[in-house]
Amino acid sequence: MGDTLQEEAIKNGGTLLGADELVLNMGPQHPSTHGVLRVKLKLDGERVRGTECVIGYLHRGVEKIAESRSYQQFAPYVDRMDYVAAVSNGLGYCEAVEKLLNVEAPPRARVIRTILTELQRIASHLVWLGTHAMDIGAISPIFYCFREREEILKIFEKYCGARLTTHAFRIGGLQYEAYDGFEKDVERFCLDFERRIQEYVDLLTGNSIWMGRTRNVGVLNTADCIALGASGPVLRASGLKWDLRKAQPYAAYDQYKFEIPVGTNGDTYDRYMVRIEEMRQSRLICLQAIEKIPEGAILGKVGKVLKPQPGEIYHSIEAPKGILGYYIVSDGTTQPYRVRIRPPSFVNLQAFDKMVRGHLVADVVAIIGTLDIVLGEVDR
Amino acid sequence: MADESKPPQSPESPKPETPGAAPAQPAAPKSAAPPATPPAVKPAAPAPKPPVPLQVPLDNELTKRYRERFGVAILDALEDRKQPYLVIDSASLADIARYSCDQEKYDLLEDYTAVDWPRREKRFDLVAVLYSFPHNTRLRLKIPIAANERPTSLVEIWPTANWLEREIFDMFGIEFAGHPDMKRILLPDGWQGHPLRKDYDILQQDAAWVRENLGIESGQ
Amino acid sequence: MNPTLHAILIFLQTWWVELVSGVVIVAVVPLVAGYLVLMERKLMADMQARLGPMRVGPHGLLQPIADAFKLLIKEDIIPADADKLIFWLAPVISMVAALTAMGAIAFGPAFQVARDINVGILFVVGVSSLGFLGIILGGWASNSHYSIIGAIRSTAQLVSYETAGGLAIVSALLLSGTLSIRGIVDAQQKSGAWFIFLAPVAFFTYLVASIAETNRAPFDLPEAESELVAGYMTEYSGFRWALYFLGEYANMIVVGSVATTLFLGGWLRPFPNVHWLNWIEYLPAFFIAIVGVYCIYRAGKQPVAIQVAFMWAVALACFAIAAVLAAPWILHVLHKFGVAAPLNLDFTVPGLNGAFWFLLKVSVYIYVFMWLRFTLPRYRFDQLMHLGWYILIPLAIVNVLAVGVALLLESALGWNRWLAMVVTTIITMAFALFLVHLHDKRTAAASSAAAVTTDSYAG
Repeated sequence: MGDTLQEEAIKNGGTLLGADELVLNMGPQHPSTHGVLRVKLKLDGERVRGTECVIGYLHRGVEKIAESRSYQQFAPYVDRMDYVAAVSNGLGYCEAVEKLLNVEAPPRARVIRTILTELQRIASHLVWLGTHAMDIGAISPIFYCFREREEILKIFEKYCGARLTTHAFRIGGLQYEAYDGFEKDVERFCLDFERRIQEYVDLLTGNSIWMGRTRNVGVLNTADCIALGASGPVLRASGLKWDLRKAQPYAAYDQYKFEIPVGTNGDTYDRYMVRIEEMRQSRLICLQAIEKIPEGAILGKVGKVLKPQPGEIYHSIEAPKGILGYYIVSDGTTQPYRVRIRPPSFVNLQAFDKMVRGHLVADVVAIIGTLDIVLGEVDR
Repeated sequence: MADESKPPQSPESPKPETPGAAPAQPAAPKSAAPPATPPAVKPAAPAPKPPVPLQVPLDNELTKRYRERFGVAILDALEDRKQPYLVIDSASLADIARYSCDQEKYDLLEDYTAVDWPRREKRFDLVAVLYSFPHNTRLRLKIPIAANERPTSLVEIWPTANWLEREIFDMFGIEFAGHPDMKRILLPDGWQGHPLRKDYDILQQDAAWVRENLGIESGQ
Repeated sequence: MNPTLHAILIFLQTWWVELVSGVVIVAVVPLVAGYLVLMERKLMADMQARLGPMRVGPHGLLQPIADAFKLLIKEDIIPADADKLIFWLAPVISMVAALTAMGAIAFGPAFQVARDINVGILFVVGVSSLGFLGIILGGWASNSHYSIIGAIRSTAQLVSYETAGGLAIVSALLLSGTLSIRGIVDAQQKSGAWFIFLAPVAFFTYLVASIAETNRAPFDLPEAESELVAGYMTEYSGFRWALYFLGEYANMIVVGSVATTLFLGGWLRPFPNVHWLNWIEYLPAFFIAIVGVYCIYRAGKQPVAIQVAFMWAVALACFAIAAVLAAPWILHVLHKFGVAAPLNLDFTVPGLNGAFWFLLKVSVYIYVFMWLRFTLPRYRFDQLMHLGWYILIPLAIVNVLAVGVALLLESALGWNRWLAMVVTTIITMAFALFLVHLHDKRTAAASSAAAVTTDSYAG
């Protein structure tokens, strides 16, 4: 009954009770807008009739900074974009510059890069899972997730001394050799992780409240995903079996066997399942990779001063959040002429309005969570 | 600071038919751009040994189809480090985009951005990175536009262009004709200037805005 | 004598118990609520692989006092456009309602704060519902969108769940035949079983409804942190906020007490009528003594002298309490050895131990609340309403009927009471399953309308 009344009222351009629309200003300081996202919601009762995202609160002008830094100097800046997946950002940037220089990282470096990047993917998904569950009201999983993430960060710390903004890679390969016991640490984590991940699954997957809150919430089908540019788990949850690691392999991904998990509905629950499965697959990649890390140099033939020939390159990788692309234009100097970063969060956030219309306020936070945005990357 | 335009540098990239009108593409343009001698690092000869040409003209089936269909609107077709791109005339941007999306199945507008070349006749290059899911290939469209030109918005073709075009407007001041919501996205609405233009200094900021809205003197 | 003074004296003479106990409630309940918060934080920490408050006092034991002090000295912010009077009044209403309701609750046969009202349960339920008035007014007076949405949610939730909870209470009242709290417990003693065993469906209905009534997860929509920041409390700070908080936790104690009284046998020990189990009466003393022993054991491991002293103090306090609880038994033993007991303390057994059992049951009930909060995600508003109106209320109505029919079978047809109860309970549960099935079908239909494809995720 309520539905028909509402439909009728909406058809006439009014609200259900004939009252004015309520404009709810969520953010930039709000517990569940994941940073400084600000969303203006136009509400009819609790139902969302329109949204407007206001972003830019964390804009630091990374692309402008790039134009006054040398190629090496700029590498740490990219870590500050998606700061929960700094290693992935670094991988994309280093590979893009390598392509621009027309050099390749040696095999050993590529394998170690792959391991670290996959660990980072797990860590990023763990942060997502914890905060997403918290948004929906399950307050416990975040602590379990951070406990596991801590193990990954410890590996990073032992590897390069930093935990969050790691600057783990160098243009042309790696600066640091894998420390003694690196493989053992990764293996210990991976072997333990299967059991841990089952804990989250037990807590959430079959829970009827969880399913009620996520099923059919924020549905985005494949056509919409592609039209809106949404990539990563959002795209895969809609049923398209597409992953840049398979489609256009980079680093050492062509050497490992892994599955691309896909969903069917493209709803929040599917995105949840896809990310959970991605963590399992990342774990498998790590286990395969530590089997045999090739011996040899870790840094390719790059000079101290990088002067790529004039020209341009676009290189993109499958970051935990989606397609992370770098478009770099060189003018032959030591500094890039233009660096454009294609941030997955920014583009995915565009789908927010379509996903959230007609849902309730509670779904808004679920959908912000399921998009897995990091504002450092949205605003750059 | 690489604030001057691209240094004249054209040993490689033998362009077969340089477009007369548009100095389209950044790496190997006509050397009309005045040198202007950059301050510190501007080697006239970039590398000691003659480099392998990384940019070669592109002449495959794809470009043939494009040329056939759009004729002179395709100003140039090149391959840079094995990545193909087409330089196209901004007047037929919408048509070419529509064709790329519908016929050539470049269904994803992966990225859309701009590059500022202040010394050129046509100041900006719009760069659209297209990806085709069916073919697993990428294609770049490069659209040289003049400073006051208003290129057609691609929102109708790829809805994802909405925010990307807003960002281009925000950063370069390029307005898109037919965009549903042409306003700043990252910077505040009242901000003066477009930061990614080359004449916008890295230390510059809208001090008046900062004073008025944040109540502080500029941090610099 | 001065007539005014005389009147006052008469008044005091009549009402001194109530006055004193009122003061006791106001003094004790905030402290208990504070420690309830500490308990919740510690339990939560335990379930989340961390330690919880550890800084103030040993194992954070003084944290509630520090919190209260902090909240007292915090700046009191009233939003510029708020309705000041109502903004001021709302948290007071919320807390006073919860504390008043506590007045009518009997913690033991001898421990009732106010007198035994003959409509005790009605009074408790009615007064504690008034607390919602504070929530609604506070949400309205704050002049904030978050607050008003929280308040509206809270209103709808109250209407839906108070109904179901009330009907569940009716089931228990049918069994007891009285509204008096003492009468209800006596009825359970007489029937030889707590009402939870006779009317389990009613108990679980009341459990769910009471979680919703106290705004606890998974029904904490009025203050849903991740959606509405803090819901109706968004604009409150400092001690006004603390009053709301106090009201919420006092309310938890109230609903726990009501559930204990109605369904869990109040202050009755397990198996109240089985005489060879009388030694259970002394279990509380025994347990407390064990705690004391454990404290002494731990005292040896404390690194700092003051901590050692604290542990000893706790241990001695435990022993003292245990001695008081076990005093009659100790006197009996002494009597056997020929030591004449100075006085007969048998009357303390039902009183003190009754309070112990009562509080234990309330604690378990509140523990379930907390446990659910740490485990479950939050319902969405429409789901909450569906659960309330499509499942809980029909179920509660049918359960009232079922209990009535069972009592009729017993009195008119002479059935065994247990048999009648089992039969009707099974019927009610079948009805519950039917409701759940209907609900599933409804949601499936709704989702197939909403979604493009409805295949469940298969991988």
